[in-house]
Amino acid sequence: MSYTVIVFVKQVPDTQNITGEAMKPDGTVNRAALPAIFNPEDLNALELGIQLKERYGAKLIVGTMGPPNAAEVLRESLYRGADETILLTDRAFAGADTLATSYALSCCAKKIGKFDLILCGRQAIDGDTAQVGPQLAEKLKIPQVSYVENVEELTKKRVRARRSIEGGFEVVECPLPALMTVVEANDPRPSNVKKIMLYKKAKTRTELSKAHSDANYTDAELLKEEEDNLRKVGLWIEELSASDIGADVERIGLKGSPTKVKNIQSVVLTGADFKVVDPTEAGVNSLMHELIEDHTLG
Amino acid sequence: MSNFFTDNPDLQFALENIDLEEVVTLRERNYDFSKKFPHAPSNYEDAKDNFRRALIEIGEVTGERIEPRARTVDEEGPVLKDGVVIYHPLTVDNMNDLTNAGVMGVMLPHKYGGLNFPNTVYTMMTEMVSRADGSLQNLFGLQDISETISEFGSDEQKKRYLPRFATGEYDGAMDLTEPDSGSDLQSVRLKATQDPKTGKWYLDGMKRFITNGCAKIHLVLARSEEGTTDGRGLSMFICESCPELVVRRIEHKHGIHGVATCELQYNHVPAELCGIRKRGLTKYVMSLMNGARVAISGQALGIAQAAYVEARKYAREREQFKSSIDKFPAVYDMLTRMKIKLIAARTLLYETTKMVDLRQCYTRLTESSSPADLSQEIRDKQKFYNKAAAVLTPMAKAYCTEIANEVAYDGVQIHGGTGFMHDFNAERFSRDARITNIYEGTTQLQIVAAIGGVMLRTLDTMMDDLSALSYEGLLARLNKRLGKMRELLRKGVKFVHEKRDGEYQALVARHLVTMETYIFVGHLMLKDALKDSEREPLAEQFVVNAVPEIETAYKIVVSGDMTTIDKHKDIIDY
Repeated sequence: MSYTVIVFVKQVPDTQNITGEAMKPDGTVNRAALPAIFNPEDLNALELGIQLKERYGAKLIVGTMGPPNAAEVLRESLYRGADETILLTDRAFAGADTLATSYALSCCAKKIGKFDLILCGRQAIDGDTAQVGPQLAEKLKIPQVSYVENVEELTKKRVRARRSIEGGFEVVECPLPALMTVVEANDPRPSNVKKIMLYKKAKTRTELSKAHSDANYTDAELLKEEEDNLRKVGLWIEELSASDIGADVERIGLKGSPTKVKNIQSVVLTGADFKVVDPTEAGVNSLMHELIEDHTLG
Repeated sequence: MSNFFTDNPDLQFALENIDLEEVVTLRERNYDFSKKFPHAPSNYEDAKDNFRRALIEIGEVTGERIEPRARTVDEEGPVLKDGVVIYHPLTVDNMNDLTNAGVMGVMLPHKYGGLNFPNTVYTMMTEMVSRADGSLQNLFGLQDISETISEFGSDEQKKRYLPRFATGEYDGAMDLTEPDSGSDLQSVRLKATQDPKTGKWYLDGMKRFITNGCAKIHLVLARSEEGTTDGRGLSMFICESCPELVVRRIEHKHGIHGVATCELQYNHVPAELCGIRKRGLTKYVMSLMNGARVAISGQALGIAQAAYVEARKYAREREQFKSSIDKFPAVYDMLTRMKIKLIAARTLLYETTKMVDLRQCYTRLTESSSPADLSQEIRDKQKFYNKAAAVLTPMAKAYCTEIANEVAYDGVQIHGGTGFMHDFNAERFSRDARITNIYEGTTQLQIVAAIGGVMLRTLDTMMDDLSALSYEGLLARLNKRLGKMRELLRKGVKFVHEKRDGEYQALVARHLVTMETYIFVGHLMLKDALKDSEREPLAEQFVVNAVPEIETAYKIVVSGDMTTIDKHKDIIDY
């Protein structure tokens, strides 16, 4: 039997390799200094999905919500082994917090219909909330296993997974369909060169139309024909709007987000003076003394 | 942690400026393959974009994943346990990464699951893999074996083996060397006997120094014609690992610790003939070796690149006498020479791979068409590229592997005392580089292979074209100097011709090949500088350094001095 596995991923600003000032003087994020990357733990979720596909046979659908250029993480998913991809993109989705995001993703999952597993990264490196996965499971009314390291066994009806807990791990089991959030416990495989050669040509409708308008050439019929051709060879990235997935406009985007950002503070860490401690018994003793005085120790 | 493609401007320059359109158009059958294989490129721009993307990907795999594992792999290496070679777990990770990245059948045709990339792009990958871990190249590079099956095997053999090579399921070994047959492969003794009833072949004997001798698939050079003693009695066989094929030991080596070098015993190993009987050495091994020589040149260059980057970093960070050591003339002079050697070797190597690619395309074209369909132009091209590749391959191998040793040696020197310690990578690079000018034919044998083409002035037409480029100012002056050097080379060649003394020619051959290499590379450096003015100082430095070397070599060649020939015994045995 073949399973259907959905992996939800996110394109995030790279907060680890910052190439300039991360924050603008006005306290907003400086996108230019932060290249957009595949959220690291979502790559772990994708890797687990690919391993399940190799072990049990599965159709792997990768979805993301984001601006049109988030199609890039979907192409990267195809380079690694995804079968189908979906981009949720609509101005109405913009400004979503975790509640609105999980609602939109739940509509997308319902639109896909039958599935056995949903995999998400534990959390994204931009917001660090770890809420979207669990909220999505609640909205779909399916069981969830968070902090998953690996799947021990997948059967027709159940999944047994190993999840990370403080100081060790535990093995839990639940019925399908289920949602799992995945931690950094596997080594995501590199992109495959042959898949890059193939899927670099995968396009969304926006990208296809843009290619046409860039060429000052728009012809609805030709556009449709090209779309059909791309679909036929598996090079189509499905682009869905809020209405395509039947989402309630009141529950998505800024409107559907009760989280209000009151203030963003740009914390500038400045290096303080350092102190040299002699590598002698006396030096170490005086350091210990100072740390105890400071209440750093003891 | 870095990307070994995007952090290397010279390698990117090489890709951007090498014109492979003719090669790719022929390989992709005028892009007809794109109709049948959806990943195949639909035009040259598409193909070039594929190369760039693939190299960025492999740059990341090698820089981010493989390089951090290299030191442990070097220290711990593979082990032989109960006759089974067990690779280091990190080496296994490396191979999994390369397999997942889909680069285990880089040059194989589309129909067998390969990428159908030219040798040039494959060699660029080789370079990056070797920079990350010199020993890993020996496993990555064994895909050359599938290339040989692809070139010479039967259709049935191709179908059976190649797809599994492309997915990385099969690994290979080429079993050539024996205890008494190293450089002299004509004397190979491993016996191949045919069962008269079944027609099946069996192999008996020993092989030594076999890289990855634990492989699943072996290409074996064996004596199929009883009673013969020369190369014409040898055939090529394919065999699979089996209980009759015993790994007796793995060698304890000076460098490239990560790969198992095995001694093999054949106890009546079932085998099948690959290609035509008696062509084993004369055709197939020569082809295999030529491919491997290019690969080892890439390996050497990658190790040299690693050594340079490490030395450059150390010289910037290390402070002595209240200044970073790269401010001292003795040190920056060393770094400059190292860098120039790297750049020179790279431009020579990729000119060579381009000729190798063109030769393969035109050879395939001439072999697959009926003689009546072949135009004179195609025949001439095939002949020319064949000759050019035949002289450039050993020239590149000699130059790349010798400069790799020099660069790695200087890399240790720049590190001073720390360079002598295992805690730093510099010493590993010098150990890993050391094999490159020995295996797949020592430098001395590369000279033997190249001297014929030098004496016949095979590269003169290419150099005529290069020197006719429209240079101005500095580059024009350098071009003139190279022209004068070529005059000296011609005189040297004429002198040796007229001397009609085989031993004298063999003795001065290395000087003639050195002259040819410097002059040819000088022209390539000028051509590169024409495309990018930032490369002018590189070209200038190269030519300025090369001139006195060429003049010295010339003096030796035309000296006619016979003392080495006449007196070497007295000197050696004093």
